[in-house]
Amino acid sequence: MKLYCLSGHPTLPCNVLKFKSTTIMLDCGLDMTSTLNFLPLPLVQSPRLSNLPGWSLKDGNAFLDKELKECSGHVFVDSVPEFCLPETELIDLSTVDVILISNYHCMMALPYITEHTGFTGTVYATEPTVQIGRLLMEELVNFIERVPKAQSASLWKNKDIQRLLPSPLKDAVEVSTWRRCYTMQEVNSALSKIQLVGYSQKIELFGAVQVTPLSSGYALGSSNWIIQSHYEKVSYVSGSSLLTTHPQPMDQASLKNSDVLVLTGLTQIPTANPDGMVGEFCSNLALTVRNGGNVLVPCYPSGVIYDLLECLYQYIDSAGLSNIPFYFISPVANSSLEFSQIFAEWLCHNKQSKVYLPEPPFPHAELIQTNKLKHYPSIHGDFSNDFRQPCVVFTGHPSLRFGDVVHFMELWGKSSLNTVIFTEPDFSYLEALAPYQPLAMKCIYCPIDTRLNFIQVSKLLKEVQPLHVVCPEQYTQPPPAQSHRMDLMIDCQPPAMSYRRADVLALPFKRRYEKIEIMPELADSLVPMEIKPGISLATVSAVLHTKDNKHVLQPPPRPAQPTSGKKRKQRVSEDVPDCQVLKPLLSGSIPVEQFVQTLEKHGFSDIKVEDTAKGHIVLLQEAETLIQIEEDSTHIICDNDEMLRVRLRDLVLKFLQKF
Amino acid sequence: MDGQTRLGMLHRLLVLFWPPPQTESVILSPLSFSIYRGHKIQHSDWHKEPLRIMDPECSRLLPALCAVLADPRQPVADDTCLEKLLDWFKKVTEAESSLLLLQENPCLVELLSHVLRPQDVSPRVLSFSLRLAGTFAAQEDCFQYLQQGDLLLGLFGEAGTLGWAAWNVPTVRSGWIQGLSSLAQHPSALHFLADSGAVDTVFSLQGDPSLFVASAASQLLVHILALSMHGEAVEHHSPQGSAWPTCAQKIVGHVEESLRSTAAPQVTQALNVLTTTFGRCHSPWTEVLWEQLSPLVACLLERDPIPAGHSLVDLLLSVARSPVFSSADCGLWETVAQTLSRLSPTQAGPLALGTLKLQHCPQALRTQAFGILLQPLACVLKATTQAPTSPGLLDGTLGGSMTVDALLSSKSACAGLLCQTLAQLEELHPLPHRPSPWPQASLLEAVVTILQLCDGSAAPGSSVGGRLCGTLAGCVRVQRAALDFLGTLSQGTSPQELVPQVFAVLLEYLESPDSSPTVLKKAFQATLGWLLSSPKTPGCSDFGPHIPLFLGELFPVLQKRLCSPCWEVRDSALEFFTNLSRHWGGQADFRQALFSSEAPTLTQQLLRDPESYVRASAVTAMAQLSSQGLHATLASPEHPEAEQGLLREFLNILSADSEGFPRRAVVQVFTQWLRDGHAEVARDTEQFVATVLQVVSQDLDWEVRVQGLELAQVFLTQKLGQPGHCPYTVALPEAPLPRLRPEVLRTLCQPWLLEFAFRALFDCDRPVAQKACNLLLFLRDKTAPYAGTQETGDSPHLDSMEAALQRWQAGEQGQPLGDPEPEAMLAVLRSLDLEGLQGRLAESSDHVEKSPQSLLQDMLATVDILEENEADCY
Repeated sequence: MKLYCLSGHPTLPCNVLKFKSTTIMLDCGLDMTSTLNFLPLPLVQSPRLSNLPGWSLKDGNAFLDKELKECSGHVFVDSVPEFCLPETELIDLSTVDVILISNYHCMMALPYITEHTGFTGTVYATEPTVQIGRLLMEELVNFIERVPKAQSASLWKNKDIQRLLPSPLKDAVEVSTWRRCYTMQEVNSALSKIQLVGYSQKIELFGAVQVTPLSSGYALGSSNWIIQSHYEKVSYVSGSSLLTTHPQPMDQASLKNSDVLVLTGLTQIPTANPDGMVGEFCSNLALTVRNGGNVLVPCYPSGVIYDLLECLYQYIDSAGLSNIPFYFISPVANSSLEFSQIFAEWLCHNKQSKVYLPEPPFPHAELIQTNKLKHYPSIHGDFSNDFRQPCVVFTGHPSLRFGDVVHFMELWGKSSLNTVIFTEPDFSYLEALAPYQPLAMKCIYCPIDTRLNFIQVSKLLKEVQPLHVVCPEQYTQPPPAQSHRMDLMIDCQPPAMSYRRADVLALPFKRRYEKIEIMPELADSLVPMEIKPGISLATVSAVLHTKDNKHVLQPPPRPAQPTSGKKRKQRVSEDVPDCQVLKPLLSGSIPVEQFVQTLEKHGFSDIKVEDTAKGHIVLLQEAETLIQIEEDSTHIICDNDEMLRVRLRDLVLKFLQKF
Repeated sequence: MDGQTRLGMLHRLLVLFWPPPQTESVILSPLSFSIYRGHKIQHSDWHKEPLRIMDPECSRLLPALCAVLADPRQPVADDTCLEKLLDWFKKVTEAESSLLLLQENPCLVELLSHVLRPQDVSPRVLSFSLRLAGTFAAQEDCFQYLQQGDLLLGLFGEAGTLGWAAWNVPTVRSGWIQGLSSLAQHPSALHFLADSGAVDTVFSLQGDPSLFVASAASQLLVHILALSMHGEAVEHHSPQGSAWPTCAQKIVGHVEESLRSTAAPQVTQALNVLTTTFGRCHSPWTEVLWEQLSPLVACLLERDPIPAGHSLVDLLLSVARSPVFSSADCGLWETVAQTLSRLSPTQAGPLALGTLKLQHCPQALRTQAFGILLQPLACVLKATTQAPTSPGLLDGTLGGSMTVDALLSSKSACAGLLCQTLAQLEELHPLPHRPSPWPQASLLEAVVTILQLCDGSAAPGSSVGGRLCGTLAGCVRVQRAALDFLGTLSQGTSPQELVPQVFAVLLEYLESPDSSPTVLKKAFQATLGWLLSSPKTPGCSDFGPHIPLFLGELFPVLQKRLCSPCWEVRDSALEFFTNLSRHWGGQADFRQALFSSEAPTLTQQLLRDPESYVRASAVTAMAQLSSQGLHATLASPEHPEAEQGLLREFLNILSADSEGFPRRAVVQVFTQWLRDGHAEVARDTEQFVATVLQVVSQDLDWEVRVQGLELAQVFLTQKLGQPGHCPYTVALPEAPLPRLRPEVLRTLCQPWLLEFAFRALFDCDRPVAQKACNLLLFLRDKTAPYAGTQETGDSPHLDSMEAALQRWQAGEQGQPLGDPEPEAMLAVLRSLDLEGLQGRLAESSDHVEKSPQSLLQDMLATVDILEENEADCY
């Protein structure tokens, strides 16, 4: 059993598990932090961005000044943003049989895998994962395609040149494999390969293994997966949450008794408590708006935004913010808000019960109805007519490199009355802000990451007790910035096996058993004999039939009739091996003292017994014969005296049971 | 019709209508007697005559009750009746002779004899009877009387209760012990105990599975020991143990044996008995006892692990606190010292604290004990700092630091130990005889470090420190304990260089989104403590160098907290803001920081908060700001209307808020404003009070009405009271009375004021009626000298007053008082028996139901009901 690790990002995993005869890809996350090295794509022409000076080497060589621009001491690539794909060289991805998706954030690399690697298998995911995943991809494609950029920079990727660049460009990994965003056509094609599954549904893969999605409590339709055969169980834990937010709660019990537990997708901000951060978010939002400032919240179009809107729904009246407009701008804003209301079965109990009242499960419906929350596909069109300030804007993309957020950063960045509040934990807010410096607007960092923290993980591991834990290497040591925080790492026994990008791990357990079925008629013919209290044995002679990874014992064909035709006899002998008449099997042990007494009774004398490491040797000195008695074998060694051997054999057999 | 006739009619009418028709409420009962002089209705005053407790009526009921108790077919409804009955018998026997009681009521002895037939008695009646027998037998003559029929031996002897199946019921065993405890009061009882073998049974009951029984058994042993030693010390000065009475020797022997036992529970029992003995008995013989037993106690310290550590600590503290040992040495301090060094830090903590609280204690021991309390903090400092900089804390405290280090490395033990230590030091801090020198600087350093470890902001150098950081990160318990202690430390003199560190860590906590609401509240409290205690620059009215800087950072945080989505946080922030403004409202630095912030505006917005507690706190805060002219943005000289707006807003809250808390806060504020002569109130006080009382009288919350009466009281005091004159003392007759001007009299007798007070007098909530009664008494006494000078006259006002009062009394609230003349008002006021009413209101509402007669009747009635129910069932 092997695990191929194609991604180094702990929360955007992409691993391939070879288990029995199957090859299973676990998630295909897309690392978008690479886009932070690029200049933002402004929706409206930005003189500031277009007038940034080109970057030149220390010696004044300016051959890269078209590709690289400098802003407040940072260097950015002036090109269409590119993404860092999962490793494609480590394993032939065309051999992947299935891809299991755990949540919509972990499927963003799917088109790259399904459309460009010769992949011919099936992708399994829950319905909300697919629908919201589609929205995220659609938004991404839209953000990038609607600002066409003529220039595509590639010179800087040359290894010799990259070495000369300042950090972080110098240290960027595998820049040659970075790719532009996929197209909508590729997205549609990739999504067509997905087969929808429900929680706890058992899916057979080639009869060899069974995979089952379990609720993980992190997002709508998010799942952990169990991959099991009859005797082995591997659990794959991706983004999971034990907090009470909108999704169905996490199913922990089903993860018990795993041989291996692959643990990914823990919180990225282990020191921040989501509750505290939501409080911080609300307070800062209120303070800014009261001062007449605007609030910008860069966010994804689904996920935490639902919880934030719910908090604000409860908060705005108490904070006297009822008249402040909330805008949600995304090409998929409408779909996201509406989709969230129809996935009742994937929601937590409270929200599910609302559906039967009937009421919309999320209160943002009421915010929309009362015109407190308005949503627009983009800043163009209706939005510009309705727009009034001060206001709160939720929009993407959290990297601040593309999407409508770029416009608001340019528009509001100059005033200290305004505030940008970062709630998504995927990007470093300082790096995200780098191309907007100098910036007058206030920046508040309230990362809300509801995924498991280390305390919860340690409780979970105690509860489910896997034999082995496998996790990204980042989880086996404290965060670099807080090296003394020994509590911010996974602590389990035996220590977790860690992996990094492009590692291949041999998982530390051997398969020992295989399940074989017995046909009823064959089972009927067995006559078990009790050899020890509670243990019965029966011999079986049968033909092992293996098909589709299923093994069946079938009754052996009847011995060929001597009278039957020659032709038929030949056919039978071709199909099955000859069945010989079997000698009975023996069981039991030989008590040496009694055996010696029996020998003496039968006229043997001069018997000597020697103890050996494995048993005893009974020496019949007179007859020059040796009887070697061991735990599972007895040998009679005598020279050419078949009579004696048979006599001795019969004496030995007296002590043993036959069946 | 002249005035007197009218008043007479009023009397009759009120008597006719009293009690009010709606008397279903129990609360109305204190008012259900005439309040008029000369019309008091007589009622059973049993409780006012302690001399004759057993009245004939009770005596009459007793046989029936005893018959019920003795009858197993008539189960007693509940234990509380039996408890009350027993309490009553105790009261009776305290006042009267038990013997006489038994002789006059033979049914009682019959009951006691009846329970000797165990098959016929329920366990609860058996337990009751055992205790009752003990109560009677506490008097020696009665004891002898009961002994004559071997009744006591039957109940308490080995042949009695002990052998019955009912003995397995814990209540019965408990009753047996309590009965013996009551009985053991005289020498005859001692002989009885010795002869009946009861002491051995008590020994075995020390290990009873029921904790109540086990504890009572220990107490009883102490009681018997004390009783048997009673008088011994007087006759022979502290005789040696071998010369003690047999019973005492037996108990001491048992204790010694238990102390030698290897079983921890037995050791615990012995230690508990000794702890109680030294706690209760302070005769010289206890010194002999300690001399005899202390070697055995010292032996316990040599065992590993030390058995019953907590009980050992209790014993040592009990001995040390006993006045008998205040001067004598007798090796106690050595044992304490040894125990301190041998016990684990968690167990030694309470002993160390107890030792330090003792007035007389060798200095060396105090140093050792203090060292033990400081040890965990010293270890924290050692683990987090590269070089130890605080010799005060680290000196000589690291002896047992290995153990402490080990404890600190386990998550649960670490939090427990630190919380305990911090709480103990906090308790020690304000004591006048706390250890000296008090290592204020080191303690501050340690507590700041702990707080930094808890919020993850510390960056310890060592691996131990790293582990500690991981263990304590986010530990709310330790955060709360540390903030409490930090707040307490503000009361000492701290080195100036540490103060910025304290403010920095407090700011971190106030700012951190991860601070839980309870932690935040503690942080606010600690901050307030430090701000208020920070030294001011000499010769200057304003603050030292740290404070203005800190305030500059504090206000943005405060603003953020006032906007928190969590109401507890908003509430704590408001409370903090109010307190800070109260103390610092006059300081220029503070005013400057406040005016440049939005805190006042935010506070005003919180008057409309959805949470009622927050609205109440906002009312108090706004009132505070307004009183000190800090209501800047709204109440500046250019905006005088803003202040009026606030008054209007408060009145609006008072009349419209759906919850009681904000309304109560508003009336309190108004009362304070009236006292302080707030500008808004002073403009037209009468109108202000009238408006407020009109609103308050309609309020459904009794606390608001009580507050309203307080406001009225303040108003009256201002009008009538002399400066420095207590409103509640009646002026001496010979003192010259100031002439009450007619307009003042008219003001006082304004219908809105008296109507409010009279209505309150009929209030169904007792505190309101009491307060109203006091108010009217005050008014009556103040106006008494002027009454009768004018004839009430044939006034049509009296008619309307009669009608109104009757209706109010009848529970109809609609009828207004009209506009009667002051004289009519005063006449009504004088005719009321307010003193009588005051006395009756002071009684609890169930005083009638509390009488023993009622108890006996209830018990008998319950049995009847139970019987009826039974009949219904079949």
